[in-house]
Amino acid sequence: MMVKFISARVFLCILFLVSACVQADIDVYEFKDEAQHAQYQQLAKELRCPKCQNQNIADSNAPIAKDMRHQVYQMTLEGKSSSEIVAFMVDRFGEFVVYTPRFDFSTWLLWLGPAVIGILGVLVVVLMARRKVESSDSILSAEESEKLKKILAEDETIS
Amino acid sequence: MKRLLLIVPLVLVVLLLVVLGSGLGNDPTHLESARIGKAFPAFKLTALEDGNREITESDLKGDVFLVNVWATWCPSCKAEHPYLLDIAREQAVTLIGMNYKDDSTAAMGWLKRLGNPYRFTISDPQGTLGFDLGVYGAPETYVVDANGVVRYRHVGAVDTRVWNETLKPLIIELKRRS
Repeated sequence: MMVKFISARVFLCILFLVSACVQADIDVYEFKDEAQHAQYQQLAKELRCPKCQNQNIADSNAPIAKDMRHQVYQMTLEGKSSSEIVAFMVDRFGEFVVYTPRFDFSTWLLWLGPAVIGILGVLVVVLMARRKVESSDSILSAEESEKLKKILAEDETIS
Repeated sequence: MKRLLLIVPLVLVVLLLVVLGSGLGNDPTHLESARIGKAFPAFKLTALEDGNREITESDLKGDVFLVNVWATWCPSCKAEHPYLLDIAREQAVTLIGMNYKDDSTAAMGWLKRLGNPYRFTISDPQGTLGFDLGVYGAPETYVVDANGVVRYRHVGAVDTRVWNETLKPLIIELKRRS
């Protein structure tokens, strides 16, 4: 019973800690309309925090992520478009901050690589399957199939 | 011919291993600065030492400068401070400080206590210049050439090795060219 009691308390503590983390970073921003709000939320999800390895700026508590959220908010209020804001961030922090990198000379392999590998894989499978079908057709030579027929016929007469 | 074809997957795997293996030693927290080859961003801030003295990007022209982003809340800045003093003593380059998101009084106390390697320090309490420069943590150190163009960024503490192997040769080369 005691053990149960303690574990319940520990569990509660953990719950409180987790909720404290979740609540730690709620900025109070007011928007003119729903479209601006949507744009802000979209960008906060799409922009990557440069300090953290794999968190968007909406999720991160890093000071730089907070600054970036504020910048996104300010620019959104000024009526800047999503692409203008993204270009502004890339200009300062590099391609690293966008989860969907631009298609250019340095990223073509990243964009096309999976498709190329997929197509190659399908080709290899198709070629191998075809080769197998061809070879299975000619497992027995004419002589051999004659022999097989004979054996089967003998079999029948026995039974 | 068929035998040769059998080797193809093996060659591909070896190539893949080499490519992936070469990436293993990279530090994923070190990002290429987006500012390299671009002008130092325009700014209008005051000097840490004198709140009435205005500093702009034109103060960073005419010579090669080493701009060091620091703050009293940053432990690595304290670790690199003796090295910065050594670099200043060498007189190979002029150091400019950039006090990033910091309390000015604490920052002044730090310079008095630990020594001041900078010709002057730009006070950036809100981190606005830092944001335009693409600073994502302190310390960071930038090499700015005589035309005010950012040439290099070092993320993390500067030490003797970084100075001798990277910063110093670059600065000497830039000075020779200008």
